[in-house]
Amino acid sequence: MIKVEELDSQFKYEVMKEPGGEHLTNCFACGTCTASCPIREVNEHFNPRRIIRMTVLGMKEEVLSSSFLWLCTGCYACQERCPQGVCLTDLMAVLKNIAVKQGYMHPSYEAQIAALHNYGGLYEIEDFTNKKREQRGLPPISQNVLATRKLLGLANIYNYIKNQ
Amino acid sequence: MKYSLFLGCTLPVRGQNYEISARKVCETLGIKLYYNDRYLCCGFPLKAVDSNAAFLFSAFNIAIAEAQGLDMMTMCAACTGILTETNHRLKQDEVLRLEINKKLNDFGVEFKGTIDVKHFARILYEDIGVNTIKKKIKKKLKGFRFAAHYGCHYLKPSESFNKFDEPENPKSLCELINVTGAKSINYEENLSCCGGGILGIDEETSLAIANKKLNYVKKEGADAIILLCPFCDVMYEQNQKKMERIFQQEYNIPVLYYSQILGLALGFAPKELGFNMNTIKPKALLAT
Repeated sequence: MIKVEELDSQFKYEVMKEPGGEHLTNCFACGTCTASCPIREVNEHFNPRRIIRMTVLGMKEEVLSSSFLWLCTGCYACQERCPQGVCLTDLMAVLKNIAVKQGYMHPSYEAQIAALHNYGGLYEIEDFTNKKREQRGLPPISQNVLATRKLLGLANIYNYIKNQ
Repeated sequence: MKYSLFLGCTLPVRGQNYEISARKVCETLGIKLYYNDRYLCCGFPLKAVDSNAAFLFSAFNIAIAEAQGLDMMTMCAACTGILTETNHRLKQDEVLRLEINKKLNDFGVEFKGTIDVKHFARILYEDIGVNTIKKKIKKKLKGFRFAAHYGCHYLKPSESFNKFDEPENPKSLCELINVTGAKSINYEENLSCCGGGILGIDEETSLAIANKKLNYVKKEGADAIILLCPFCDVMYEQNQKKMERIFQQEYNIPVLYYSQILGLALGFAPKELGFNMNTIKPKALLAT
């Protein structure tokens, strides 16, 4: 049951002031997003229309602390089809970004940031990789760890990591 | 025709058959690729964490190509998506551009908005053209039926891509397949995502999405799935055996990169196109 006194009426404005979240209240709940969603097809835990309604109603904590928020693959099927121009995939990114600021970053992203910090990319390039590449006639690759760290710092990404 | 090649993270490590074959194809079609050792991560992994951080990484890479004076060629759909979106956004949003350029100043580069970012297949389709490719075909792949898989971020969000292909009914990859002499077939849910975006978040859901597509492709009896993205390959090929165990099914569907089949049609031998790295062998195709 939804309790009115527990809702945060300001949440939708918080979302709508972020680039990509502006069109939230255009939604007339037709459900084209949910019908188009490849995740929804295999996992009932994820429902874009429901996430929009929860956001509009102000169910801030439920949305931001949820595990379903992270199930969006970002495939844009909903965004391309939305008759109201809600820009749903962008909106999902906005919600995830706000969740991160509230301390709810999914551990998978912490691991990706750690890889960027440690290797300058998602994969470690070992001598073995470049030896293989050489055997296959491909040029060696280098990873710019220091420049990556500097850019991560300028982007304030380190502020989001709990174990720093 | 000159391009600065943006490899990204996944391609040079897990998609070397794609890289090898695409380099051969580009050489044959007169696309000269330039290397740049200053490139960083495209920014895509940071989109969910902080969109502006993703735009900053993308803008850095675009600025590097701008300093080189070259348009950028991408090969991974995820890199293509975030770089194209950033390029489109920053060309229009002066406030964000100034904010980002202030940070890029530390590196001595600037996003000016002077270049294009294009996926390898888009370059073949738009800049080279199907008719030109047709004239260079040496060996037609007659009788083969392939299932095109457009990686989502190869053409979406369509607003950023200037709708170079129709997002709901794309034809560029189908036409590029047909020009090899093979036939691009229709199959159910042909536009659906590979599920790769959430492989690290919810493997079960992610593989369930990939499983659906493999079943639809199998139902139509396709000789292979044809891809444009190394992460789609992680899903369909590198996880195919695992999915067979989980879903108690046998697919046995070869997963090939478009550059590999075009390379065959242009007259290259399979060993020159990295087919030894494909784990599910397209036996009939390699026997021709």
